[in-house]
Amino acid sequence: MQDIKITARGVQVHYGDTHAIKDVSVDIQDNTVTAFIGPSGCGKSTFLRCLNRMNDTIDICRVTGDILLDGEDIYDKRVDPVQLRAKVGMVFQKPNPFPKSIYDNIAYGPRIHGLARNKADLDDIVEKSLRRGAIWDEVKDRLHAPGTGLSGGQQQRLCIARAVATEPEVLLMDEPCSALDPIATAQVEELIDELRENYSVVIVTHSMQQAARVSQKTAFFHLGNLVEFGDTDQIFTNPSDPRTESYITGRIG
Amino acid sequence: MTDAAFPDGANGAAPRTTTSLLAQDARTRKRNAAEARFRAYGIAAIAVGLVFLAVLVSSIIFKGVGAFQQTFITLNVELLEEKLDKSGTRDIEAIKKVTTFGYNPLIDAALAQAIAETGIENPFSKGKDLRKMISSGAAADVRDYVIENPDEIGKTVEFRLLASSRVDGYLKDRVTRESLARDKNLSPEHLDIVDALAGAGVVTKAFNTDFITGADASESRPEQAGIGVSMLGSFYMMLVVLACALPIGVAASIYLEEFAPQNGFTDLIEVNISNLAAVPSIVFGILGLAVFIQFAHLPQSAPLVGGLVLTLMTLPTIIISTRASLKSVPPSIREAALGVGASKMQTVFHHVLPLAMPGILTGTIIGLAQALGETAPLLLIGMVGYIASNYPDGVIEGFMAPNSAMPAQIYEWAKRADPAYYERAWGGIIILLLFLMSMNIIAIILRRRFERRW
Ligand SMILES: Nc1ncnc2c1ncn2[C@@H]1O[C@H](COP(=O)(O)OP(=O)(O)OP(=O)(O)O)[C@@H](O)[C@H]1O
Ligand SMILES: [Mg+2]
Repeated sequence: MQDIKITARGVQVHYGDTHAIKDVSVDIQDNTVTAFIGPSGCGKSTFLRCLNRMNDTIDICRVTGDILLDGEDIYDKRVDPVQLRAKVGMVFQKPNPFPKSIYDNIAYGPRIHGLARNKADLDDIVEKSLRRGAIWDEVKDRLHAPGTGLSGGQQQRLCIARAVATEPEVLLMDEPCSALDPIATAQVEELIDELRENYSVVIVTHSMQQAARVSQKTAFFHLGNLVEFGDTDQIFTNPSDPRTESYITGRIG
Repeated sequence: MTDAAFPDGANGAAPRTTTSLLAQDARTRKRNAAEARFRAYGIAAIAVGLVFLAVLVSSIIFKGVGAFQQTFITLNVELLEEKLDKSGTRDIEAIKKVTTFGYNPLIDAALAQAIAETGIENPFSKGKDLRKMISSGAAADVRDYVIENPDEIGKTVEFRLLASSRVDGYLKDRVTRESLARDKNLSPEHLDIVDALAGAGVVTKAFNTDFITGADASESRPEQAGIGVSMLGSFYMMLVVLACALPIGVAASIYLEEFAPQNGFTDLIEVNISNLAAVPSIVFGILGLAVFIQFAHLPQSAPLVGGLVLTLMTLPTIIISTRASLKSVPPSIREAALGVGASKMQTVFHHVLPLAMPGILTGTIIGLAQALGETAPLLLIGMVGYIASNYPDGVIEGFMAPNSAMPAQIYEWAKRADPAYYERAWGGIIILLLFLMSMNIIAIILRRRFERRW
């Protein structure tokens, strides 16, 4: 049994009048890949964004309930969301590299968090992160070319490398492979599996196969409710809720 | 499951007719015709615009180019000692006692001499009549020279003196013998002399640097008026506008766009800023009069006050364009920065602002250009109609001393009765347009320089 990294209790999210997340309680373990699945619009992204307070940037969004990271309430008044996001990194659905060089894309996070003492340190971090993002071989000769000049799949791996570079403890990924071809997807999945050694990874995906391949735990959301949460094997082979069963067999969604 | 989407019979309902791709059907023809019509409208609209532009530019150049040429009379003036320095001591105070009236006889004599040399008969016995050909400012020029170089007294020195505006007009075809019939300032006999002197190379037209660098002159001396001092006034005003409007405008826009909560109060501010952009500029002028001059007691007609008034006027323009360019930065860039743990401020200054820069700069320069060409608010703070005859001494004076501005100067010239000023107004407009054009070019260059893909 792994340690619990994130505990959510009775989380409710409202966008103005829309009730997007209804009373969700879940435990996310350390060194584990947790997959969020569910039909479009069920609130997967919304819940994921609660975990690093990315929803703070949306004016109309209101979050209630408790979310604890290592036992500390991340919505406590004393918590600075910027400090939180350094610990809980995020990869977005659409690749969004900065319009800067590949090197600067990776180096930006370590720079603002003071992770490198000197230039050689920073170079090391950049190389290590790009390697972990499975993109080093493709870009090592053009580190100073713009990151926006890469292909969509390369950009997404660059974004993963960028998220890894700040040494987060938890990595949130919102459909990271939706823009990737099968080969790049396989690389990213392999990467996720490696990342599990050091991080707690939460991944939103629309691909049942992907969830089954990479995750150890799976949460199924439906219309803002957490319908079922458990071991991936058990959810995919023997779901206890009929809604889960009909979703993974392709009958609703 | 899938067949539920296709009700029975939907597939076989209408029998397909096959058509040839080589023949256009009626619908396509209609569409293409509409497109062709629209293109024609567009081209016609652009053509009309271009024609108007060509007419405007050519008429401005045609009417204004004369201001850049001026007629001069080159005379050898004998600086008689007994007139200029009776004591012979070259004491500068004694020389200064001789007023410009003391110099007139010398110039008259030199002119009579030049006429005699051409061989033409001189019908004027009185120097006063002859002198009408020369600018009334000429004596002052000679006097200034003598005060600078007292050692030249007693010698004969060559001077290039301004011709009077009528003579200048004659060489530029503005004044004719017929028009002189109703003009007491010059007679047709003068024109005979001018013809002869022009033949001898004494009367010449030359490039008029004084128009670009000089100060405005009194109503009776259009040949001396220049736009240089008011250009400097405009320059100081633009400095004030840039120094005030850019930081205030950009800071306000960043706050409103990136930090301010969305609520009724910020909505109210937003509506008011949009409304301010539409307020007539003369209203800002009267506001400036009330606040800066009557309340804060800043000096009247000063470029500082003009600059502050124009700042008020340009702020809404800058804020609106800055906010638009901040808005156009894709939100994914902000999310990316926040996602790696950048603070709001770091996100804005490291990522959003650089991307918005071209838009901000363009907006600012367009705002400045607008301010540069504005006349109405300057009317109310006394920058129109003021004749600054000297360059300000030093930078502080430049901001505080009364001055005019280019558009105000042009307006002033256009108002004056003498037709010679009409030409100067057009010339001033050419210079103003050159400034506006170079500002726009700078805006384009900056835009290119800062623009980046994302
Ligand atoms: N910024 C927002 N403002 C208002 N409502 C929002 C906002 N973002 C999401 N919602 C609403 O919240 C609900 C959940 O959206 P969410 O993006 O979390 O769905 P999702 O499960 O990620 O869907 P998908 O799989 O399509 O990405 C939806 O009903 C959506 O309309
Ligand atoms: Mg989503």
